[in-house]
Amino acid sequence: MQIFSKDKTYNFMGKSNIFISVSIVLILASYFFLYTKGLNYGIDFSGGTVVQVKYDKKAPIKQIRKSITKEKAFSNATITEFGSPNEVIIRFSTTSGNVSTDAGDRIKGLLKGTGNFEIRRVDIVGPKVGGELREKGIMAMVMSILAILIYVGFRFEWRFAVASVMALVHDISIAMGAIAFFQVDVNLDVLAALLTLLGYSLNDTIIVFDRIREGITQTKDLNLFNVINDSVSKTLSRTILTSLTTFFVILTLFLLGGEIIYSFSFTLLVGIIVGTYSSVFVASPMLKWLGFDLKDYKAKQVAKEKRRIEREKMRAQYEKGMM
Amino acid sequence: MSKGGLNYRLVIFFIAIVFGVGFSLPTFLQTNKGSKISLGLDLQGGLHMLLGVKTDEAIKSKMKSIASSVKFFTDNNDIVIDELRISGELVTFTLLDGDEEKNLDAMLKKIQGLQVKKEKLRYTLSLSNSEKVATKKFAISQAVETIRNRLDQFGLSEPNVAKQGVDKILVELPGIKTIEQEKRARELIAKAAHLQLMAIDEKRADQANSMSEYEAASYGDIILPDSRNPQQKHIVKSVPILDGSMLTDAKVGFSNMNQPVINFTLNSEGAKIFGDYTAKNVGNHLAIVLDNLVYSAPVIRERIGGGSGQISGGFSVKEAHDVAIALRSGALLAPVKLLEKRSVGPSLGADSIKASMLALITGFVLVFLFMIVYYGMAGLIADIALLVNLFLVIAIMALFGATLTLPGMAGIVLTVGMAVDANVIINERIRELFREGKSVAQAVEKGYANAMSAILDANITTLIAAVVLYAYGTGPIKGFAVTMSIGILASMLTAILGTHGIYQYLMPIIDRSKSLPFWFGVRRSK
Repeated sequence: MQIFSKDKTYNFMGKSNIFISVSIVLILASYFFLYTKGLNYGIDFSGGTVVQVKYDKKAPIKQIRKSITKEKAFSNATITEFGSPNEVIIRFSTTSGNVSTDAGDRIKGLLKGTGNFEIRRVDIVGPKVGGELREKGIMAMVMSILAILIYVGFRFEWRFAVASVMALVHDISIAMGAIAFFQVDVNLDVLAALLTLLGYSLNDTIIVFDRIREGITQTKDLNLFNVINDSVSKTLSRTILTSLTTFFVILTLFLLGGEIIYSFSFTLLVGIIVGTYSSVFVASPMLKWLGFDLKDYKAKQVAKEKRRIEREKMRAQYEKGMM
Repeated sequence: MSKGGLNYRLVIFFIAIVFGVGFSLPTFLQTNKGSKISLGLDLQGGLHMLLGVKTDEAIKSKMKSIASSVKFFTDNNDIVIDELRISGELVTFTLLDGDEEKNLDAMLKKIQGLQVKKEKLRYTLSLSNSEKVATKKFAISQAVETIRNRLDQFGLSEPNVAKQGVDKILVELPGIKTIEQEKRARELIAKAAHLQLMAIDEKRADQANSMSEYEAASYGDIILPDSRNPQQKHIVKSVPILDGSMLTDAKVGFSNMNQPVINFTLNSEGAKIFGDYTAKNVGNHLAIVLDNLVYSAPVIRERIGGGSGQISGGFSVKEAHDVAIALRSGALLAPVKLLEKRSVGPSLGADSIKASMLALITGFVLVFLFMIVYYGMAGLIADIALLVNLFLVIAIMALFGATLTLPGMAGIVLTVGMAVDANVIINERIRELFREGKSVAQAVEKGYANAMSAILDANITTLIAAVVLYAYGTGPIKGFAVTMSIGILASMLTAILGTHGIYQYLMPIIDRSKSLPFWFGVRRSK
């Protein structure tokens, strides 16, 4: 079986303006949603308390709300259904540093009389820890982008590195836009998903860039457009296939993995689609935009090769001289 | 040209299979022997807490015990001092006998890290900065040790107590079944278990319920509530006679009225201080104070030798049991506060396992079938590598004694999707070479060679992201990074080396059959 015909070269570069425009519109929309709707920080980053309660029948949300908001500390509590009608999540921003009596114990007391229930989860994140987690999260993001920038710059050329990082920023921005639009809870797992996306999307981009690098050395064609078109076309079926297999598993996680893993799989689901798009349509045209010049690159490669031969010659002479 | 048969790649792959299957068996069969993956708290249920230590309190309590030693020393040597006061991190007093100045100074000099300021005979004692730092540090490691001791005696399986960062304590309690049990464990952890034997201020005992704390402080007293009836107050000397640090044992017993009580024993130094004090104070009241509550205030009838005493105060049997554990394990030098808590009930953990297993199996089957449909036998070979990869990930995690968390499960699921990537890249390269008219053997060898740089660069960058995630991630996120990294590394072995070995082994057969659609899912173009 084959999805893409054998030797056809698609003209991606010819339409690159359209693709880039689509991306710019998506990114602008994402920032618009991030600005207007904002990120819905979960307790991991904002601090607060989450109590998950499961009833043996449909949870009486109204009654729960009435009994809980009686207490002043919980007056800002939100109660939402979680996964099934029997289960609810109670969330509020207050935390207490008391180890021996915590919000879970008090909620349990307040809920007496609302039916048969079981408290299945109590998460408390103090405000200081929340702030620390957020700082660490941003650090993780910045550090991995830096590390990647250095590695790609070292293995390829700085324009490749910048182009791949721009593609990453593109993917992360759009994924975060979707998170803001659908008001997904942003917890540690979303951060993990975004970092995975970073690695994944980069993976895709590197495979294409690797092919472009190979294309440059193998062809005498000095037209960057042609080399890029040829390389992207050649890697197209791989890009689509791997994206498909990864998409399958993320989709099963999304559909079957349960409510707890929802925000993680949602982020990756959006991310894989954007990541695949960007490595095919966005990253490569970036090279041209950044002023990548084939002749220049080749000349540099030749010079590098010359230097290497020169060095070897010197060494040979030196070794001979020693003898 | 194509020799076929055994080759070193295949041998390594076989070793990997034996290793992977062998070391993952204990995990699959949940045998008692051998190392296996343990489930994280989010999957098996349990309590995870991050505690902070209020280290300032440790300094205050250290100053309190310094005040106690000063009092003991001066009483014993008939040195008269007045206005012995503790205020925060300072201890002040006035020496009335100037002749004893040398004697007293020599004694103070022996206390490590103590700074002594003197204005004539007015003494101000405080701790040097380095001593403060050391005290704080000690308070943290002592808290870790104490909490660990308490939980070990509480009887839960595999409690984990560890210092995290500079001043935080991580407590993990798997195997907590009910919210009641969880609450009991939390109370045990947080209990200061600070036992003090204190002198009731006999002159002002009748004003205990009316006097303000401020006024009491001016007499060197403090006001403490009664354990049974917090409305009722006792007025005691702020400098304790002795404290729980001199305790050697505490056991639950029963009083004459068949009420649970705690019998404690003091060490020889404590016994001497206690004996001396009771001998001098017959007829006065002695307050037994635990965590700033007065449990009883009996009259001293005679000198109490032997250094044993009793705390009674309306405990339930369970409470008495927990208090005795806390006393035996020692007091917390500084109280702890809750910074973060995650508790998951066992039923929720079981639901999460079910859901993620279902996702893993479904995802795996989908990828498995897809590869065969698209690549024919080449897909099946990639699938074998994928399966071995899964075993390897589990085996390696088991060997390291790693913990599988819910994000870790997600990491494994994701690995399934991404691990076949290498084979997709290789197979696409092989197909390309077929189009160029290469023979099967040439196409396979060159396909692997051509694909290598892309696979390496792509995997290394993903690995970089995973390592950073591990370095900056917390808790379960680390688990995700670990499974991802192991998955990537294992896939290099199985998807690159392993499949290559299989092709080399099968090469004569592939050559003979000449059926590219069957082996590689493509037709040779003309």
